[in-house]
Amino acid sequence: MNWIIKVLLVIAVVLITGALARGGGARRLALRRLGLAVFALVVVASILYPNAWTRVARLVGVGRGADLLLYMLIVAVLALVATRFARDRRVQQQLTALARRVALAEAVPPTAPPASGEVPVPPGRPASGAERPGTGGGATS
Amino acid sequence: MRTSDGLSTTWVVIPVYNEAPAIEGVLEDVTALFGHVVCVDDASTDGSAAIISSVPGVRLVRHPINLGQGAALQTGIEYALQDPAMTGVVTFDADGQHHASDAARLARRLGLPGPDGRPLQAVLGTRWAEGREAKRPGGAGPARRLLLRAAVVYTRATVGLRVTDTHNGLRALSREVAASLHLKQNGMAHASEILQRIKAGRFCWAEEPVTIDYTEYSKSKGQSPLNAINILTELWLGRR
Repeated sequence: MNWIIKVLLVIAVVLITGALARGGGARRLALRRLGLAVFALVVVASILYPNAWTRVARLVGVGRGADLLLYMLIVAVLALVATRFARDRRVQQQLTALARRVALAEAVPPTAPPASGEVPVPPGRPASGAERPGTGGGATS
Repeated sequence: MRTSDGLSTTWVVIPVYNEAPAIEGVLEDVTALFGHVVCVDDASTDGSAAIISSVPGVRLVRHPINLGQGAALQTGIEYALQDPAMTGVVTFDADGQHHASDAARLARRLGLPGPDGRPLQAVLGTRWAEGREAKRPGGAGPARRLLLRAAVVYTRATVGLRVTDTHNGLRALSREVAASLHLKQNGMAHASEILQRIKAGRFCWAEEPVTIDYTEYSKSKGQSPLNAINILTELWLGRR
């Protein structure tokens, strides 16, 4: 590798880690930033000393450094998919709970007298409520 | 039980997602027999909600976003639980495959003595009783029949309830069962989840034969047999 690609890769790694180091809870964020710093150092080191990977690979019984990197990449992607999936499930359940609360809050309570067909808006609903065209209004038909 | 005729304190819960062609007829049939009907519109985009709100005597709860049938059922059940006089809920499909008279028969059995002598807390519709499904010319196609049979075998093995029809949307549940449900499966795996709940809560249950009308419309709305893969996946992942 000549020096141009090394500079480009280092810049790319710095930019990506910088972009990733935003958001999240304080403790988690701190841990993630630490991890990212270590990751960035390792990546920069492996750009500057590409042969180091081959030596590490031999150490763990893998033929080439590139192969070792590929294996690690696969593991990292799988870990990412798993954590994403768990997170998506959590978010989906939170979203469901929220949407259900909204739906029940907007509905006429079951104990209220039945709307006699023509009364579209539940009484006692705050005037600031979101306006939704077609929400049960008598406008249809 | 407040009255001998359980229907006056029973809520019919109908999850609705884009059922504009069928929903009005379904609601006419159901309101003829039941006084309390709630439709949960799962953010339909075809004007189902407007049709529902034009039917007198039907309560409408609208999900702000599409969440799935299990989520809509749970919302409707929680709505019905807000009525302190409610003694039971009936879950009913919106596509016209169920008969309101079947629903009434299920609801009337709640509280009557079950197989073990206790009052019934869950009455589950089954389409396989007395071979009526097999004899009916307009019944399910071979792929669907095979799939439903496989679902029965699987659910019996995993849930441990000896039911004959695991994926029938028509059921009557007592207030205790309704209150104990916390459906986490937003999609179609909720059918097994309800059975798991009945098993875990040691509720008294029975099956009741019902007729399923496979109209062209309900078939077009039905699940692809491939969706079984999704349901299995959801159930497995939901165990964690």
